[in-house]
Amino acid sequence: MTQQRKAVALISGGLDSMLATKVVLDLGIHVEGINFYTGFCVEGHTHAIRNKHQARPKRNNALWVAEQLGIKLHIIEVIEEYKNVVLNPKHGYGQHMNPCLDCKGFMVRKAHEWITENGFDFIVTGEVMGQRPMSQRRDTMPVVARESGANDLLLRPLCAKHLAPTRPEREGWIDREKLLDFHGRSRKPQIALAAKYGLNDYAQPAGGCCFLTNEQYSHKLTDLFAARGKRDYELDDIMLLKVGRHLRPRPNFKVIVGREEGENNYLEGYRHQFTHLRTVSHSGPLALVDGDASDADLELAAQIVARYSQGREANQVSVSITRVGETARIVEVVPFAQDAVPQEWHV
Amino acid sequence: MSHHELNARRLLCPMPVIRAQKFIESLSAGDTLDVVCTDPGAKNDIPAWCRIHGHRILEMKTVERDIIITIEVGPRAP
Ligand code: SF4
Repeated sequence: MTQQRKAVALISGGLDSMLATKVVLDLGIHVEGINFYTGFCVEGHTHAIRNKHQARPKRNNALWVAEQLGIKLHIIEVIEEYKNVVLNPKHGYGQHMNPCLDCKGFMVRKAHEWITENGFDFIVTGEVMGQRPMSQRRDTMPVVARESGANDLLLRPLCAKHLAPTRPEREGWIDREKLLDFHGRSRKPQIALAAKYGLNDYAQPAGGCCFLTNEQYSHKLTDLFAARGKRDYELDDIMLLKVGRHLRPRPNFKVIVGREEGENNYLEGYRHQFTHLRTVSHSGPLALVDGDASDADLELAAQIVARYSQGREANQVSVSITRVGETARIVEVVPFAQDAVPQEWHV
Repeated sequence: MSHHELNARRLLCPMPVIRAQKFIESLSAGDTLDVVCTDPGAKNDIPAWCRIHGHRILEMKTVERDIIITIEVGPRAP
């Protein structure tokens, strides 16, 4: 009897990795999925935080894809290890703070470690040659295979025909003829294949699978590094960059103002770690202060918070200011006028 | 058979799933685990993860701000 070959597929939650997995499943391979959580992933939580998206299903797309395909999915947390990818990418960044080429290499390397530990034979990704400007080019695809250490155990079923045969093909574990030759930026072949498989409800991430491809987010991250004077972060830092309005009136501190109830609830969880402000005379948002702020700085922060409260038109708004480990003090401030908050304060 | 509790409060998805996945690695079939979390996304993610791994959701309830999901560990895959 021939040996049942086993592959692990990198599942992002998008269509390409779903199709690539389906192709390999149909060739009789046992496939399980793997999904890496870096802290920057666009997955469910921003929806969970922001109330206004609550009508939308808060599903995790990677789990959803796995369930559609009938495969197991292992979600692996790589927050600490991933820092080095974000902070020191050997191949640099894409359009924003996205280190896609290093990131792909990192994820395939982790998948390679996983198959070695778990007795699997090869790795599957949904990459398509020419699809992404940085990580999915003819000249960079071998870089991922090489630098990850996966080498010819890395199979890209959607564009395999444009690439040299990998070990699963050479050894006859799978039939190379059944693999595909997708190429370039057009999504039409994928959409047609999805239709052929009867898949019609899938996520179509614009640009990329993580916040690092987002211009505003990348800007906030660079601002954080600049303000701290060092390129480093903790999970809480990068989570908070996804929440609220961020204003930096002075280089030494930043104010994070909740935009709605869901965000206020989320920010509440950080009250023990940050100086926080809340309007007392009027209903309004919760705000955190990140950095080292003087009492005068905090009064300025209070004027900003008042600007986003129901008291924005009032002559005076009382705001409570609580430093970590201290009792609250109340200040009376004049809210900033609508147009008096300088644009450059918005991070 | 034993019962366990996992505190996953304040963690945002998919962290509650990741923690549950890790915890369940050390449990045996038939054991039960209460995952206590606060991110409503877990109400979808944990059951989805359990379905694909063959574990069963026995109960899901909300107590004040806590969401408590009780899982019965399924048989290990061969
Ligand atoms: S978009 Fe983000 S997760 Fe995707 S390859 Fe680029 S850096 Fe990695």
